[in-house]
Amino acid sequence: MHNQQQTELLRFTTAGSVDDGKSTLIGRLLYDSKSIFEDQLEAVKLSSRKKGLEHVELALLTDGLRDEREQGITIDVAYRYFATPRRKFIIADTPGHIQYTRNMVTGATTANLALILVDARHGMIEQTCRHSIIASLLQIPHLILCVNKMDLVDYSEEVYDQVVRNFRSFASKLDIKDLRFIPISALHGDNVVSKSKNMPWYEGPSLLYTLETIHIGSDHNFIDCRFPVQTVIRPHSVDYPDYRGYAGRVSGGIFKPGDEVMVLPSGFQSKIQSIDTCDGAVSEAFPPMSVTIRLEDDIDVSRGDMIVRVNNRPQLTQDIDFMMCWLHHLPPRPRAKYIVRHTTNEAKAIIKEVQYKMDINTLHRNTQDKNLGMNDIARVRMRTTHPLLIDPYRKNRNTGSLILIDEATNETVAAGMII
Amino acid sequence: MKYSLKHLEELEAEAIYVLREVYAQFENPVILFSGGKDSITVTHLAKKAFWPAKIPFSLLHVDTGHNFPEAIEFRDRLVESLGARLIVGSVQQSIDEGRVLEEKGLNASRNILQTTTLLDTIEKHQIDCAIGGGRRDEEKARAKERFFSHRDEFGQWDPKNQRPELWNLFNGKKNMGEHFRVFPISNWTEMDVWEYIMDQEIEIPSIYFAHEREVVKRQNSWLPYSEFLQLKPGEEVMRKTVRFRTLGDITITGGIESNATTLEQVVAEVAAARETERGNRADDKRSETAMEDRKKEGYF
Repeated sequence: MHNQQQTELLRFTTAGSVDDGKSTLIGRLLYDSKSIFEDQLEAVKLSSRKKGLEHVELALLTDGLRDEREQGITIDVAYRYFATPRRKFIIADTPGHIQYTRNMVTGATTANLALILVDARHGMIEQTCRHSIIASLLQIPHLILCVNKMDLVDYSEEVYDQVVRNFRSFASKLDIKDLRFIPISALHGDNVVSKSKNMPWYEGPSLLYTLETIHIGSDHNFIDCRFPVQTVIRPHSVDYPDYRGYAGRVSGGIFKPGDEVMVLPSGFQSKIQSIDTCDGAVSEAFPPMSVTIRLEDDIDVSRGDMIVRVNNRPQLTQDIDFMMCWLHHLPPRPRAKYIVRHTTNEAKAIIKEVQYKMDINTLHRNTQDKNLGMNDIARVRMRTTHPLLIDPYRKNRNTGSLILIDEATNETVAAGMII
Repeated sequence: MKYSLKHLEELEAEAIYVLREVYAQFENPVILFSGGKDSITVTHLAKKAFWPAKIPFSLLHVDTGHNFPEAIEFRDRLVESLGARLIVGSVQQSIDEGRVLEEKGLNASRNILQTTTLLDTIEKHQIDCAIGGGRRDEEKARAKERFFSHRDEFGQWDPKNQRPELWNLFNGKKNMGEHFRVFPISNWTEMDVWEYIMDQEIEIPSIYFAHEREVVKRQNSWLPYSEFLQLKPGEEVMRKTVRFRTLGDITITGGIESNATTLEQVVAEVAAARETERGNRADDKRSETAMEDRKKEGYF
């Protein structure tokens, strides 16, 4: 392990199936950054032997549940952690099979970066398209396509170029802000941690170097000020008899003391008196800071309200169009009411209309078959019981996202990206 | 680069957000307090999340009776300084009332018995959310945990059928009698916790620092000698300078030989460690899926 000073945090998601080398790659990143402990490695060695395997199955490090270990598949998202002197990393390791699309979506929602692997011998397959479409839908800011198993194609530049060309032409239909390609061999370590001598024609950096240096400082929205109030802090104590602060996490923009702000949906205007934290007041608050805002005027503010700038407001509406990923094994019930959770707000809602269902392997829009089942992605229109303060998901992942909860079961049944 | 947070700042902001969601979404939440560094860190974060107001959560300690005396002393001091309410669930009482049977034999421990006491206490006090210091890097079953983790009316966890957790939109909805476990420091590593403790100058129990103690060598680690430990044939009690990387029951928490007496030295040791902190915990060594099995039943 390294002596870790304070560094930035990068969250990335990987998706893949048993054969594409995902577990090998993660195992290698963990192993080479010395994030696997001896007792963990011993345990994995022992389990591998018990399973009758000759090699050490690094996938056993990440597949934590009994069923996953028995069946040798990843079912649910697992989180892994490693660090280098430059950065700390959180990997959301998700299954790649279409049956577990919902888990892939789950892992993608908080990621800065998506890592997608293709086998150099096979090039793009259905799964590659699916993962890329999800990364695009979920607006993961960076996508790295690792062309893996280069050792099995004699480290051929032509093979790599062909994969890159095909992917670029496919990706032109998607909404990916930053797309990169790296030829690797996870098994032999080519271009994983250090640059490979086997591919002198590749001029770019190694995967780890890319992960360590990719610019993530602009991934948040620093323009449109959004502060959803989580709770009101009123100590009623001897030291703070009249203190009244609005606690929350900055979802967008930069707030400063003295700023003219408006509280929505009431529309009351005031000025920021102070931005407090337990460590003292701060001169600026930006995403994803958790702070407490005090206003100069004593106005009625509660959970679910949003503090914004006077001239830059989200849309206040009861009719919301969004891309919906259905997560539950039971299909949506006709005209059923769901609870919608958006920022710190909640309302009831009815799905009014399914506009089209999207084929997540081809992007094809199906306007004929609108029956939704688990893992389906569709464009829908919803009507809520009271107005919500929304932004397009493209503009802000915090104020543009929502979930639906089934009142009857309390289960989270859908994820939504507002259009 | 000006508008970016360092990793500990980002993890702190995330944990504070989660704790505020707990306060907003539940009626009667508690912090599961063991006296260990992780629950101390969560308590510290709760203090920061609601400042200048007091912590709006009670502290719940499941007392096995097999404690490090240092941990109990620390607990009482902290509770007093916070002005918080302490709820104690007693495993001894569960045994006396016949709710559980004490394990027998040389490897006997009260670790598993805690689950019944914990669930009984949750029911008795109508607790609808128990905030824990569990981290995903600790153990492979814990790597699968959500921030908001649902427990059914029997306190059971169903790892195969967890609610998807998207963005930071936490769903704490449940039926009467069910509860949630919430893990605000899910994304922290052991190293993060230590660096944070150092950065924030958080006080922790003395057992985390090197001290001289009577110990017994068992399964490659130094078990503290106490009245609760049955010696096996051939085992002898020795005096060693040790410290503990985790704090569990005194009967199952093994120490490591160490001379680290300051936080800086402890952090340096953690950074150089080649074994996980739970490597010295006998409770995890019982089987490959020991943690998953216990967690399904309602363990921490």
